[in-house]
Amino acid sequence: MRVSALALRIMQQFVRDRRTLALLFIAPLFVLTLMKFVFDGQSVSPDIGIAEMPAALTEQLTSSDADIQSYSSIDEAMADLRKGNLDAVLTVNNGRPSITLEGSDPSTNKAVLLLLQNILREHVNIDTSLVVSYLHGSADMASFDSFGPVLIGFFSFFFVFLLAGVSFLRERTSGTLERLLATPIRRHEIVVGYLAGFGVFALLQATLIAAYSVKVLDMYMVGSIGYMLLINLLLALTALTLGTLLSSFASTEFQIIQFIPIVIVPQAFFSGLFNLEAMNPWLQKISNIMPLYYGADAMRGIMIRGEGWGDFGVDAYVLLGFSALFALLNVIALRKHRQL
Amino acid sequence: MMSVPLESSLPPAIVLDEVTRSFNHRTIIDHVSLTVQQGELFGLLGPSGSGKTTLIKLMAGIDRADSGSAHMFGVHLPKLEMLHRFGYMAQSDALYMELSGRQNMAFFGKLYGLKRAVLKQRIEEAARLVNLTEHLNKQVAAYSGGMKRRLSLAIALMHQPSLLVLDEPTVGIDPVLRRSIWQELRSLAAQGTTIIVTTHVMDEAEKCDRLGLIREGRFIAVDTPANLLAQTGSSSIEEAFITLGTRMEGGAVR
Ligand SMILES: Nc1ncnc2c1ncn2[C@@H]1O[C@H](COP(=O)(O)OP(=O)(O)OP(=O)(O)O)[C@@H](O)[C@H]1O
Ligand SMILES: [Mg+2]
Repeated sequence: MRVSALALRIMQQFVRDRRTLALLFIAPLFVLTLMKFVFDGQSVSPDIGIAEMPAALTEQLTSSDADIQSYSSIDEAMADLRKGNLDAVLTVNNGRPSITLEGSDPSTNKAVLLLLQNILREHVNIDTSLVVSYLHGSADMASFDSFGPVLIGFFSFFFVFLLAGVSFLRERTSGTLERLLATPIRRHEIVVGYLAGFGVFALLQATLIAAYSVKVLDMYMVGSIGYMLLINLLLALTALTLGTLLSSFASTEFQIIQFIPIVIVPQAFFSGLFNLEAMNPWLQKISNIMPLYYGADAMRGIMIRGEGWGDFGVDAYVLLGFSALFALLNVIALRKHRQL
Repeated sequence: MMSVPLESSLPPAIVLDEVTRSFNHRTIIDHVSLTVQQGELFGLLGPSGSGKTTLIKLMAGIDRADSGSAHMFGVHLPKLEMLHRFGYMAQSDALYMELSGRQNMAFFGKLYGLKRAVLKQRIEEAARLVNLTEHLNKQVAAYSGGMKRRLSLAIALMHQPSLLVLDEPTVGIDPVLRRSIWQELRSLAAQGTTIIVTTHVMDEAEKCDRLGLIREGRFIAVDTPANLLAQTGSSSIEEAFITLGTRMEGGAVR
């Protein structure tokens, strides 16, 4: 009852605030569109698994830029490729080199192919026409298709974080929070009410972004759109709870903006927008505490690899865990204003 | 003069016992004790910054004392159930600007558990009382200062609480409407509602059953307006306040 009253109020406020609605719904589409035009791949040193190869070729590959791993059988190598430990598997079939690319990241695909072509050209005793196949994705997948899922997650997160933070802050600075706490509403009802009220808009936003990305921007998508929405919604809930939580540590709207370089930007770096392979493995572990990392991982899995619940379920649970944790901390943070 | 005798069997609406509250190591409310009986209209009078707002928040249990205790209707504060029992009007209007007056009222009404039919009726009643009926569908951002004040008052009245805690309710309200609001407060008190009100307006102070004159976080006097006048030999509350103030200062110096 009180929760629904609060949720309704938030929705009513939203509907009256056109600018904010535009920020929530139009801005992500705008930026995604821009990104599509701008994005370009970058080079990396790929992990290539090899199996059943002539010794001379193996030697030459090993001395190249790539990280080469030898397997005793092609099946073993393919299993590792599926697990995501490798970027490609190279073998020789009836004297013809044949490569299977993992395929999720077009810039990696390109790097692998370029490398192999250069090596094979020098290697004259083998037919140089390379047989290429893809585990996921396809040859015509663009860079944007690979970054897209991450970006979708990022925007769901970013805009909801900002809005939730600012609205909750305003509730505090305008005195309405104090007024609210002079009514019999419980602290957890405030948090849940906020979740419900914003959740509706977050879901709308997620739907809009997903539909626009797939239908209008023609992003590569082989998975279930329902799963995509689910992950987006979970990301938005995490952003919502984190935004409201951090707003307790801000006293002006400008101070909310100051959280962006501290909280949002690092998440963008670690979420897979940029390839982390070159980074110190110890530093890579930081991504484990970043909600966006899980969201991006799941979105990529669903859109490019068509993953099901079994594959991204863990990501979903982690996001849910983050939301629950932040919501709980919110309830505790409200104690600062009222003990009960 | 007082409408409820002290030996009433009802628990007092408010009992403060040696309540102290400091902010940043500054004592704002300093060992204040006070009893307000049910049905009393109690006025808090004092200069700006003397601690009126702080004190009524302690009475309502919105804020918590550093030491001492506060009881409302015999229940030790803070207690969640007691938040149902009073209506609160903050000194600064805490309203949702994007919403209409009606939406604001409906929101707060629902927080107090008012259901559809009752809610609708109470909104109409409270709005009529503060003369806002025709502006109910307007967005609050388009309200004047006085209209916002009236809306805040209507919200405080809406769930018909047995205690009203009003922080300068009539600031920015014109004399005619102010008079009718005070008539309403008097009639609510006559029906048994306890009302605690802070004010700067002396003629309002005279309408209270009892007055607490507060200075630097302490009561310099708590009595009926008539007794305060008699005690100081003044002709107005204003004068009485000044006399009492200088007496206290004199006492402190000598
Ligand atoms: N949350 C707070 N943090 C720090 N100081 C506070 C806080 N609330 C009140 N004070 C201080 O307590 C003192 C009394 O404030 P209070 O609002 O109770 O005064 P008041 O009597 O209501 O004044 P006015 O008539 O201007 O409303 C002031 O000096 C104020 O600075
Ligand atoms: Mg005040």
